[in-house]
Formats: sequence, structure tokens, C-alpha cells
Amino acid sequence: MALINVKTKEVQIKIVYYGPGRGGKTTNLEYINKTYREQIKTEMVSLKTQDDRTLFFDFLPFDVGQIKGFDVTIQLYTVPGQVKYNATRRLVLRGVDGIVFVADVQKDQRKKNIDSLNQLYENLGTYNLDLFKMPLVMQYNKIDLKKNNIPIIPSKIMQKDLNINLRAPAFEASALKGGNVIPTLKRIISMTLASIQDQLF
Amino acid sequence: MLNQSQLDAIDQAIIENLITEGIDHVIYMDMAGNTIAKHDNGSNSLDSTAFAALAAGNFAAVDAMAKLVGESEFSLLFHKGEKSSIHFSKVNDDTLLIAMFNKDISLGLVRLKVAQTIEQIDKILATD
Repeated sequence: MALINVKTKEVQIKIVYYGPGRGGKTTNLEYINKTYREQIKTEMVSLKTQDDRTLFFDFLPFDVGQIKGFDVTIQLYTVPGQVKYNATRRLVLRGVDGIVFVADVQKDQRKKNIDSLNQLYENLGTYNLDLFKMPLVMQYNKIDLKKNNIPIIPSKIMQKDLNINLRAPAFEASALKGGNVIPTLKRIISMTLASIQDQLF
Repeated sequence: MLNQSQLDAIDQAIIENLITEGIDHVIYMDMAGNTIAKHDNGSNSLDSTAFAALAAGNFAAVDAMAKLVGESEFSLLFHKGEKSSIHFSKVNDDTLLIAMFNKDISLGLVRLKVAQTIEQIDKILATD
């Protein structure tokens, strides 16, 4: 749940990038860090293994200015994607306000996307949170691989696999080059802010 | 959500018990990594936002380890450094109090003062 401090007039919002391993969650944050470097006061924190896989989380806070007199800070987190790290994934989800689900469009990743989304639903359940009521944006990442003749899943099928019931806004993206990274971010921020507005005012 | 007078009282408890005793930084935060109150004595600077995120992760990981060994929780953590050390203490299920102090202050004093502060914060939280 977003932290609203009436004394310091600050709002802290937690957005988590979730999805299967090697899907591009960290790459999303790295691109955001590079693009908004001037607005970000602190370094991005990455807890990773020696071979650069996320071990616990990446963390990137940035200010989005004032809303009705409150300074709003967005805290972006990623989770480790590898199957074996579910305990840590669950820990990172604590207090989450909004989720970006980063799916991998490569054909051989189809099952991993679905499994990861199912596990997200279960993990949120341990905090009594419902994915269907949570601000959520879908991102179908690595769309650029099509140019390299790597077989990818068409967005229509991705929608059918992951989004037929959730009906969340969805973006095709190529996080490595920044394609649709910022639109995804803007969308999840506006949805999350809208959802906490009732608590704020 | 805490109200203004609760936040004022928490600030006062932290400053009186901990900062005036010479503790460098104190962060009162929730388990999601959000800072509720932070104070320092101006001796050095700290990126408290990133610190709180890492502290929440650290505490959550140790909490999960406690469950694996059959403990309900490890309510207190201590990291010792050469020049400064960090003391983590659980206030309730949702919040943590973190104190960073230099080598001139004894761990015993920190533990005592942190315990007193937590007792006061508990009382403040009960006055909703």
C-alpha cells in the first residue's frame, strides 16, 4: 500500500516489474534510469549474481513532482525471474501498488509467461491482494527479435494467453532499445495514482 | 495512515532517545521499504531511500530464514562495521526501526535506547 505521510507531505508508491526470467525487467529499469537520469537523485540499486542475473531485486526511485501539494516518489522494483527464486519474488511484492508484467514474446517462452503470471496471482494472494483489482500493465517484450527471424508469438496470441480475463492495457515493446518502455511506465504510473487517489483526498 | 500528531510524537521520540544520544541516522520505515520518519545528526550523508529499500529486503530475507529454522521471527539484527554499525529492530508486524551509529557508542546503549523508543512508538500507534 502506498505510504502517505501527512506531515512531510510525501507519497511513496511501489511499482513492481514482474515476469519470467530473462524477460527484460531489469532492462526496462536500466532504460528508465538512463532516460530520466536528471530526475533521479540516487543510483539504481541492483542485487545480482555474478553472471548479472537479478538475485533479489533492482530498485530505482524517482520523483514525479507534486500532486495536490504532495511530493510523489515512485519506487520501481524488479523481481528475480528465475523459477527457483519465488520466495524472494514474494518478498518484493509486499506493499505493491502497481504491477508491470513483462512477458517474453519468443515462441519457446510461451509456457514460462503463463506460469509466471499464475504464480504472480498466487503470490499476491498471500498478501490478500487480488491481481484483478491491482493496477496492471502488460508488456510484450522483445518484439524487435522478429527482424532477426527469431520466431515470436503474435500479440493476438499473447493477449489470449495472458490478458483475456485481466483486460489490462498492453504494449508491444523492445526494452533494449527503449521501444515503448516509457509509455508502459507512464501508463502504470497514471493507473496507480488513480487507484490511490481515494486514499489521498 | 498515521496522523500528524502521531508523526510528530514519533519524531520527538526518535530525536530525544536516539539522535541526542549520538546515533548518526535513524530510519523508521514500513516493511515495503517506505520511509515513515528519518533523522540524522548531520555527521554524514546517507541515501535513505535506497537504504530503506535494501533494509526491507534484508529484514524480509532474514525473517524468511527464521521460519525455515523453526523460529517465528528474528526480531533484531545487527551488522557490525569497522567505523559504523547498523541495528535493525522490529517495531510491529509492519514497521522497522533502524539505527546507524559509530564506534564511539556501545551496542548496549543502542539496544537500550532503541527498546525505549519502540515502547514509546507502540504507545503512539495505539492512540489512533
